[in-house]
Amino acid sequence: MGDGAGETLIDEHVLEFPGGYKRSVGPVVGRFLTGLRDQQLVGVRTPAGRVLVPPAEYDPETSAAVGERPEDFVPVGPEGVVTTWAWVREPRPKHPLDRPFAWALIRLDGADTGMLHALDAGTEDAVHTGMRVRPRWRAERVGHITDIECFEPA
Amino acid sequence: MSGRAIEDLNEDGPVTKMHAPIRLEYRIGAGTAQSRFLRGVAEGKLLGQKCPVCSKVYMPPRGSCPIHGVPTEEEVELPDRGTVTTFCVVNIPFSDLAPEVPYVCAQVLLDGADTALFGLIAGMPAREVRMGLRVRAEWAPREEWTYNLGNIKWWEPTGEPDADYDAYKDYI
Amino acid sequence: MTDVAVVAFAQSKHVAADPNRNEVEMLMPVVAEALEQAGLEREEIGFVCSGSCDYLLGVPFSFVTALDAIGAWPPIRESHVEQDAAWALYEAWVRLQHGDVDTALVYGFGKSSLGDLHEIMTLQLDPYYLEPLWPDMVSMAALQARAYLDATGKTERDLAEVVVRSRAAAASNPNAIVAGTTTADALLKEQTTIAPLRTSDCPPITDGAAVVILATADRARAISERPAWIRGIDHRIEAHSIGVRDLATSRSTALAAGRAGAADDKVDLAEMHAQFSHEELIVRDALGLDDSATVNPSGGPLAANPVMATGLIRIGEAASRISAGGGDRAVAHASSGPCLQHNLVAVLEGE
Ligand SMILES: [Zn+2]
Repeated sequence: MGDGAGETLIDEHVLEFPGGYKRSVGPVVGRFLTGLRDQQLVGVRTPAGRVLVPPAEYDPETSAAVGERPEDFVPVGPEGVVTTWAWVREPRPKHPLDRPFAWALIRLDGADTGMLHALDAGTEDAVHTGMRVRPRWRAERVGHITDIECFEPA
Repeated sequence: MSGRAIEDLNEDGPVTKMHAPIRLEYRIGAGTAQSRFLRGVAEGKLLGQKCPVCSKVYMPPRGSCPIHGVPTEEEVELPDRGTVTTFCVVNIPFSDLAPEVPYVCAQVLLDGADTALFGLIAGMPAREVRMGLRVRAEWAPREEWTYNLGNIKWWEPTGEPDADYDAYKDYI
Repeated sequence: MTDVAVVAFAQSKHVAADPNRNEVEMLMPVVAEALEQAGLEREEIGFVCSGSCDYLLGVPFSFVTALDAIGAWPPIRESHVEQDAAWALYEAWVRLQHGDVDTALVYGFGKSSLGDLHEIMTLQLDPYYLEPLWPDMVSMAALQARAYLDATGKTERDLAEVVVRSRAAAASNPNAIVAGTTTADALLKEQTTIAPLRTSDCPPITDGAAVVILATADRARAISERPAWIRGIDHRIEAHSIGVRDLATSRSTALAAGRAGAADDKVDLAEMHAQFSHEELIVRDALGLDDSATVNPSGGPLAANPVMATGLIRIGEAASRISAGGGDRAVAHASSGPCLQHNLVAVLEGE
């Protein structure tokens, strides 16, 4: 703690949970993450017939339970289309890429919803709504959303 | 990028767990009133603050009377001795910063204060610590003092007779 | 239904960073000012409710210590929401419907200067698919801004016009941090930070607090010459994932506005919790406002954004204008969650 010129004493403070939380992901999210580890993208079909990617345990329209039967999970992608995007000129330290990139909502082929990820497109001019993209996989995958390093123009 | 601070929690079976590390950094200001108190502590002084409405003296002060919601601007220097109002004996080690077990955590009501200060009791066997025990501060060497109540290493018995229960029963 | 009105509103002099006061020191004078406006003693307040976010301070349960600013002895009836204090006001409004207490004090506070607000807001996101990627607050907003521009054919110039109007309005708001005359051309010369958004499209980092006092029927008339009656109030939430929503519209705002009766009569003014320029356009559409309504006469969140009090301030700003005779009917909007996920609408009227 330092005694600067101001009236108040200022101290550095870090909020950190030792080791972080270990979360149970549940069977629906778990099915998706297991797929990522195997370099596969899966969605889940709602009773109304929409395919949610990434999968959720419920239908966001009706709240009906989703993903209770193995056959509800369907392969999607790997390519998809950008539905909206944002260009990051100066990435923050915690961002997925350390060079300018786009955030993109990506509707994978066969899906009815968008998935957020980073899009490595080089320059802002190279990105547009409606463009087709594909995942760039990491060599080492553990069942985590970052098993996809980012997406790239298809 | 941030680095993938993740581990394989799931071996080869279905993925059932994930690791979610969180780290955030802050610069926290103690505020004007607490800064006054901590500057006092850095000089070996214990400055309580008095409520202008009810005259209660808060130690440690937090800048307001939590009963009346008003600033406590008047300062009252208190002696570094007081009475143990309640305590517990810790038998489980839980932090590298804590002393060796068993040790005693206590609430110490400084003479002239209306709230009790948290501290460790030393200089006597844990089993002999009791409510009403009179104690005084054992300060760290002066060159180690900083803006922190850690300047008081612990509280030791003064040897005075125990305080009457009536003298501190309203502060437990 | 018990009639409830806003009878007092006070806010701190918002600043970008207030290092010399902790939360309690920031709140105490604002609470005192609101009580004085209402001519009430602390112990006359029937119910207290607050809104704040522990992550802003980085200390779990930090909201408990803020009670020192209120005075909670003998024990008071109190509650807290871990979101904007507009929802604390909603809880207080519900509490007043019981009829056993006739006043409530609502407060919200936050110091965004202590940590990195843009990353703190990441922690409100789904921890499986979103949070591990650390999309920050502005990045999430920018995705919605693009979706809105794509869907409507509007441009970054339309966003800049919102900023121009906001800053001009803020010039008469002593609590504004960002105010003054500018032009869309000048703003568009700035580089985007997270395109399509520029810094000017985003709210300023702000430390601040606000207090609203509510009272029921006769009590409200006794306290205030012209109470701002809450004629309707409702809040609605959408799915969390932005990938399942239509980001170009705000269905939850429209639903809440319908339930609150926002469009049932002419609206003189609207205060919207639009933290980003495009949010004002989306919310304006959802509220069904026509061009006759004055929008964000305070300058809105683009002028000052004390997170966790910003939504409550919208209600307070709208109410104080009604009470001062600056209008007969106002709509106040508050929002919570990423990309306008959760929206509250209150309709305020003079008598
Ligand atoms: Zn007092």
